[in-house]
Amino acid sequence: MKEKAHTLYPPHKTNGTLGFLLNELKPKGKIFTVFNMISLPIMLVGIFLIYIRFSEGLGAVTNLTQQVPWGLWIGFDVVTGVAFAGGAYVLAFLVYILNIEKFKPILRVTILNGFLAYLFYSGALLLDLGRPLSVINVIIGNNFGVSSVMFLVGWHFLLYMLALLLEFSPAIAEWLNAKKARRILSAMTLGAVIFGITLSVLHQSGIGALFLMAKDKIHPLWYNSYLPLMFVVSSIFGGIALVIIEGSISRKVFSSQYDSSHDHNAILHGLARICAGGMFLYLVMTVLVFVHQQNAVYLSSGMGTWYLVEILGFVVVPMLLFCHSCIKPNNVVIKIAAVMTLLGILLNRMNVSIIAFRWDAAEAYVPSWQEFIVTLTIIFIEIWVFRWIVRRMPVIRKSPEWADDNH
Amino acid sequence: MDINRRNFMKTIGFAGATLAFGKSLGAEKDPETDTEFYGMLYDSTLCMGCQNCEYTCAETHGLEEPKDEPEAGIVRETNQNRRTVINCYETSQGEAYIKKQCMHCNIPACDTACLTQAMHKTKKAPVVWREDKCMGCRYCMVSCPFDSPKFEYGSTNPRIVKCTMCAERLREGKKPACAENCPMGAITFGKRRDLIKEARKRIHDDPEYYYDHIYGEHEAGGTGWLYIAGVPMNELGFDTNIQKKSFPALTKGFIGAIAPVDILLPGALLGIHAATKSQKNEEE
Repeated sequence: MKEKAHTLYPPHKTNGTLGFLLNELKPKGKIFTVFNMISLPIMLVGIFLIYIRFSEGLGAVTNLTQQVPWGLWIGFDVVTGVAFAGGAYVLAFLVYILNIEKFKPILRVTILNGFLAYLFYSGALLLDLGRPLSVINVIIGNNFGVSSVMFLVGWHFLLYMLALLLEFSPAIAEWLNAKKARRILSAMTLGAVIFGITLSVLHQSGIGALFLMAKDKIHPLWYNSYLPLMFVVSSIFGGIALVIIEGSISRKVFSSQYDSSHDHNAILHGLARICAGGMFLYLVMTVLVFVHQQNAVYLSSGMGTWYLVEILGFVVVPMLLFCHSCIKPNNVVIKIAAVMTLLGILLNRMNVSIIAFRWDAAEAYVPSWQEFIVTLTIIFIEIWVFRWIVRRMPVIRKSPEWADDNH
Repeated sequence: MDINRRNFMKTIGFAGATLAFGKSLGAEKDPETDTEFYGMLYDSTLCMGCQNCEYTCAETHGLEEPKDEPEAGIVRETNQNRRTVINCYETSQGEAYIKKQCMHCNIPACDTACLTQAMHKTKKAPVVWREDKCMGCRYCMVSCPFDSPKFEYGSTNPRIVKCTMCAERLREGKKPACAENCPMGAITFGKRRDLIKEARKRIHDDPEYYYDHIYGEHEAGGTGWLYIAGVPMNELGFDTNIQKKSFPALTKGFIGAIAPVDILLPGALLGIHAATKSQKNEEE
């Protein structure tokens, strides 16, 4: 999937803006790649399934039950996806708030990833809504349920998408050669970052808070009143783990765009250290909750074993690997640890929202194949859009010279 | 106009009293304690499982007639086509029947969960669902401790379906259909306060016959439906370990923390930014 080197800078507007945009719409890079051959048919089936979902109702494509009303589309796409997108606010914090220049080369690509993730996950959310058109009620202020956690999560989600778009917008301006616009947009970045981090902390924790009222429905090993805090802490290392994995894939796929002057090993090792610290904090909280709630009695059951798999296998082990690479940096170990961390976040979010949710229900919920295909479709569309943007805008590669003032 | 002196003095006196006390009297009205909810009392010992409530509910709300009968060992659930069911349980005191429907909590989780205010606790008692507001997110179903709201998965314009305590009949001054049509008098409609007194009286008058507990008096912060039976309610498929405070209380702390974080964190971040920036400049 390695792509050939192509023009590093966008062609200047020789045919006017329209001609430039039309030219940019053309595919760049190889069309018949393994990834395209796999993703295209799945996306076509997925779009057809989405059509069926809207023409025949949710029941036609999902296995949702009256007792488990939130399935894969919420549990994976929204609850897990938002945690994976946490890297955007953590890196913005490091670069803009703590002024750590080291991480700047990967900031834009992470912001873009975060923005697209939010865009498509909120798209997935609309698919899951029974009456998606009524979502307007919440936005235009027709009906503000201000006591609802979901109302607050929704608004923080929406505003954060705006903040991410603002943070990314200088790249769009550079692509379009809009110097004045870039100057204005860059000036707004710090404000967008500050509000973006605030909004992130609240909606990441808010997603945990969504489940607070489901007290008797979630298995006691996973339910606790600190869910909001646990969710926000795990989103820090979950997001960073995704940045590590995404970075290592991007470096292969978009290798021609990388600037050799940056020390990517130093970035990777720095990220690994953040993960080690975050996971240690998370583990301490997990143990405190476990002891405080006297959860040991549940360990002998099947759910107890499952819990141990999650905590020992996918929190403790990757944490130790990250710790080890703090002392003796090893890129392969870091990448393995990052994959395990992502699996751990996936397990945790799926457990809270689906597996341990009404674990005792008479009619168990198992996602249908259609739900999986639609989920994959959303991920693939996101990757396609991501690739389209990276090949055109200065996301991974350096900004054009005229824009290199404050870098 | 013919105003004599006595009437004039009366009018002045009333006006003066209103001016003097009117405001303070109004302030004493506390909406929390002033609310007088209606409710339903279900007495399991009187119910013989005739399903009349199911039939009359289906008829009133234009739903399918029930096709199966209560049977010990089988738990029938409410769903998008039926808003109430009668179940039969084999208990320590022999077979007993129990009615299931939305509990109409005093402080409902679904009402708090709903971000469009589609789920709504009305002043009289019924928790109703309002079609024009709902966006179908099903957060009410996730939050409800009794799993009451049901969803029409097969519809392109799905509704949330549950017992409405016949809110529209209450508005007309009628009783809920099931209470009116129960041949055994097992379902009583009235002011919740009076129903609790009535339930206590029944338990007091026949302590051998009743198990001494009114389910719903305190459960989940108090519910509109109150239950008394000959056995503990966990023998009849109810969760007796359910918390006594309301479920919305569980999210109160988080909701309260949002505004302070939204206001204070940006300032803190700006401060850190300024601090590290000047440090960097000094280094340069």
